[in-house]
Formats: sequence, C-alpha cells, structure tokens
Amino acid sequence: MKREELELTARRVRARVIEMAHRAGTPHVGSSLSCVDIVVAAYWVGLHIDPLAPQDPDRDRFILSKGHAATTLYAVLAMRGFFPEDVLNEYAVNGGRLQEHPGAGCVPGVEAATGSLGHGLPIGLGMALAGRVQGRSYRVMVLMSDGECEEGSVWEAALLAGARKTATLTVLIDYNKWQATGRSNEIMALPPLVDKWRTFGWDAFEIDGHDMGALMDVMRRPPDAGGRPRAVICHTVKGKGVSFMEDDNNWHYRVPTAEEVGAARRELGLQ
Amino acid sequence: MRNAFASELTAVAAEDSRVFLLSGDIGNRLFNEYKQRFGERFMNCGVAEAGMMGVAAGMALCGLHPIVYTIAPFTTLRCYEQIKLDVCYHNLSVVIVGVGAGLAYASLGPTHHTFEDVAALRLFPNMAVVCPGDALEVRAALRAALRRSGPVYIRLGKKNEPRVHQAVPELTIGRGIILREGTDVCILATGVILPTALATADLLAGKGVAARVVSMHTVKPLDTTMLEDVFQSYKLVVSMEEHGLIGGLGGGVAEWLADHAPQRALLLRFGLPDEFFHLAGDQEYARLHYGLVPDVMAAGILKKLREVG
Repeated sequence: MKREELELTARRVRARVIEMAHRAGTPHVGSSLSCVDIVVAAYWVGLHIDPLAPQDPDRDRFILSKGHAATTLYAVLAMRGFFPEDVLNEYAVNGGRLQEHPGAGCVPGVEAATGSLGHGLPIGLGMALAGRVQGRSYRVMVLMSDGECEEGSVWEAALLAGARKTATLTVLIDYNKWQATGRSNEIMALPPLVDKWRTFGWDAFEIDGHDMGALMDVMRRPPDAGGRPRAVICHTVKGKGVSFMEDDNNWHYRVPTAEEVGAARRELGLQ
Repeated sequence: MRNAFASELTAVAAEDSRVFLLSGDIGNRLFNEYKQRFGERFMNCGVAEAGMMGVAAGMALCGLHPIVYTIAPFTTLRCYEQIKLDVCYHNLSVVIVGVGAGLAYASLGPTHHTFEDVAALRLFPNMAVVCPGDALEVRAALRAALRRSGPVYIRLGKKNEPRVHQAVPELTIGRGIILREGTDVCILATGVILPTALATADLLAGKGVAARVVSMHTVKPLDTTMLEDVFQSYKLVVSMEEHGLIGGLGGGVAEWLADHAPQRALLLRFGLPDEFFHLAGDQEYARLHYGLVPDVMAAGILKKLREVG
C-alpha cells in the first residue's frame, strides 16, 4: 500500500476509534489516537500476516502491550480483514466479544491479552525465543506506551532480550509524553529513553511516530545484523489527528459527544 | 525431590521436543545433563522472575511446553500477576515448579518459606496444584503435568526426602493415591509431609487405631470422589500439609465440607499457623516447633477420636 493510502487508512481508523468510544462511553481516546499510525504501518507494511490464516505458526506477531488502546487494535484488525467490521459493534456492549482491553482469544488476530501494563514485552520475547528454537523466522512486534516503561518487568525482559540477542523482536514505544495523570517525563525519570534501551543492548533509535514514511522505513528494515533486538522510540502526540484532543490529557478519560464525533470526522476529512 | 525432577525432566525432554526449561538462576549443577543434551532448550532467565514467567507464556503461545523452575517463593508470588494473566488467563500449558517449598529452607528465614503458595495459586481458574509426596511421585507428577492441557504448579521439597513408593506410581492429577488402608481414621496428606503421615499412622497402629493414608498430591482440582467417600465412611478425616492452614489442602477440604454438609466425618487439620517463623533453625526443628511430627499429630488424632466417640 502506498503512503497516501496508509494515511487515509489511519484517518479512517481514527474516526472509528472516536466513534467506538462515543457509542460505548469508554475512555482512552487520546492513548488510542496517538498510536494509530504505528499500528497501521505495522499491519499494512511490517507484519507478514494472512488474515485468513490467523493461526499460521510462521506468521509475524503483534502485541498491543498498551492494551488500553484496544479500539485502535480492533479497528485495524477489522479493516485488515481479520473479522467483519460489524464485529466492532460488539465493543463494550453487554455480552459482546470486545472488552475494553483485548481479551484472550476474543477475536482472530489478538495474539495476547493485555491491559495490565508491562506484560507484553516478556510475552513477545518468549514468542521470539520460541521461534528461534523451532527454526522459524517470524518477527514479533510489541507496542508499549511511555508510561508503561515504568514497569519493572519491561526492564527484566529488556535485559534478557539484550543478552539473548533476539533480533526478531521489535519494541515500538508510543512516546506521547503523557500518562494517566501527568507528564511521563516528570513523574518518572524516563528521559533519555532511547539511551536506556541502547545501553540495555538494543538497536534503539527515535522517529516521528506520525510520519508514515518514517514508519514505513522502520517496518521494512531487516533485523539487526548484529543480533540486537530493536527499540523504536516513536515521538507522538496524545489525541493525534483531532485538534481539540491533541496533547490534552483530559482525553485520557473523557468520552466524546456526538458533536465532537462529527467535528472530529470533519477534521479527518471524512464526511 | 529436585534430583528426581531433574532426572525425569531430562528423560521427558528426550521424548518431547516442545519441552523448554527456564531457570531463575538456580540449579547450577542440577541440570548439567539436561543442558548438555538439550542446551538449546534451556535458558537461565536471570534474577527476573516476572519477566521469566511472561517469557514462558509467550513460548507456550507459540507451541512450546515451558517448565519454569526456581525456589518456591520466587516462582509463585514474585511473578504472581504474570501467572494469573499471562499463564492462567490464556490457559497455557506452562509447568511452574517451586523447589524448597514449605519449610525446606527453614534456616533461610521467611523470605524463603512458603506457607501460602498452594493457597495463592489455587485461586486462579485453569490452574492445577500438585504436591508430590516423594521423589517417585515427582517423576509421575511431571509426566502428568506435561500430559495436561493448561497450567500446573508442582510443589517440591528439597532433597533426600524419605521414599514412600517402591516404584513410580500411577498418578492422575485430581485423584488421590491410597497408600495404606485402615477403617478408624482417614489421613489425607499432601506433599513433603507424606512420610510423616505414614509415621503417624504407624504410631496410631501401635495404639490399636487403623488409619487409611492417602497421598492427596493434587490440591486443585480436589479429588471430590474421594472426599464424598471418606466423609461418609469415616468418623474423622485428617488433613496434613507443610503449608498454612489458610487456603491449602485443609482449607480446600473445609470449603468442600461447608458446601456438602452435613457429613458423617469431622475434619481435623494439621498445618502451619498464620504467622511468620522468626527463629533460626532447620526444617526438622521448624516442623517440631509447629507440631508437624508424628507423635504430636498422633496424639491430636487420638484425642479427636475420643471426642467423636
């Protein structure tokens, strides 16, 4: 898919995310919007996957470790063809399949249940190590939030991956500079985040997490020849794509009104 | 027990290429043969148990059958949420092995005691909790755990425990093993206390009391068929464990009893009290301190038998 098409897809995902939050009355809109471009690039460019063969043992794996961005994952999986888009209507509905965090085995394409932070990276590392021992060359991508980097289990896995040289493992960090109640760089000593990963033995670098061209380059980049796992620090804006949501942490918990859904759609160029 | 575990693990790894051993930086020489033969299926995950348990879950999601091995407190509570979410919620075939459980490391202090591991892991859906009673039950338990689809916790002692069985027993998860028949009292023992239960039965026999002794190796799922039988056939059922009285075998049986009252038999429970063990001393001393020794338990059973008539 071309860059322009990916950007259009990302806008459609954003609109879906906002509509789902409005219909269900659920929070985490800002966190879901900041990672849309990353997830779109992963599913349309980076991952070798066949939506019709979601259990293929040789498929690439994607784990949304920041499980509170579930609407983004659900919308992308539906648009990518893992299940019909009308399944999205089951989101946060009594008796529906789609919970507010991705559930174990809820729909095809969800590789691991998440929602408690700091779980996705160890699981992804285990997947990458399993591929090595089984002689499979699939790659594993784990999307984390910046606040999530405060969990100790992240660094346990980072140390182990660095030592085991699991080059098939890539961490994507949605560095939107906010966590639930404040600035992530102030609440904990996160900066310099890229240096932290580098000194743990990772091939770490920074990109603009909304630059689809840069994301496409990252997704096409082969594994590090030196065996290092990869950490891509994606600088992002919480609430990205909708002017009145951007970098406003009220949208960690706020639910968009019908008027705001309409305004957002207009800004996204989707009438 | 740990030597039997390492030996049996080496044997099963030869038969099943999905077996993968993860160690939390212990078992330095214990797994030498395993590592020699199956080095590509061994990983020292360092002193990082939460990460290790998540890694095991990821491996199981990709078709391996990981076995996570470290000292009991660290393979259970240290990575408790990973067990709940990564392993049990996904219902993954991960075998979690806790070595040195109960009072095996009494001398090391409460950081290394586990009086709560069985209770803690029993809480999670899908989890089976198995406490082998001797080295041969360890071998059988490991094979049974690998046959099961879903997570299993295997609770081990340390080394040189008395042997109870003459040969590797048939062990089905969730089915107790009757070791000795007797009609006066039924003793349900789980884990490393099993030899002590038999010694207790010997003392009772000397007093003219015939005890059935059951290796209740599985605390979850409980052998409810056995419970239904013994609570009707006997006047007194006794539970024994080197684990806290809250939430272990005795706790589990008490829950069953509350849901299935009235029964003919009363329940008498032996286990550890709700306290930390502050004294220096080895396992034998700690067991004596808590009365988990044959003469004290035999006296307690005789007293209770007199009460129930």
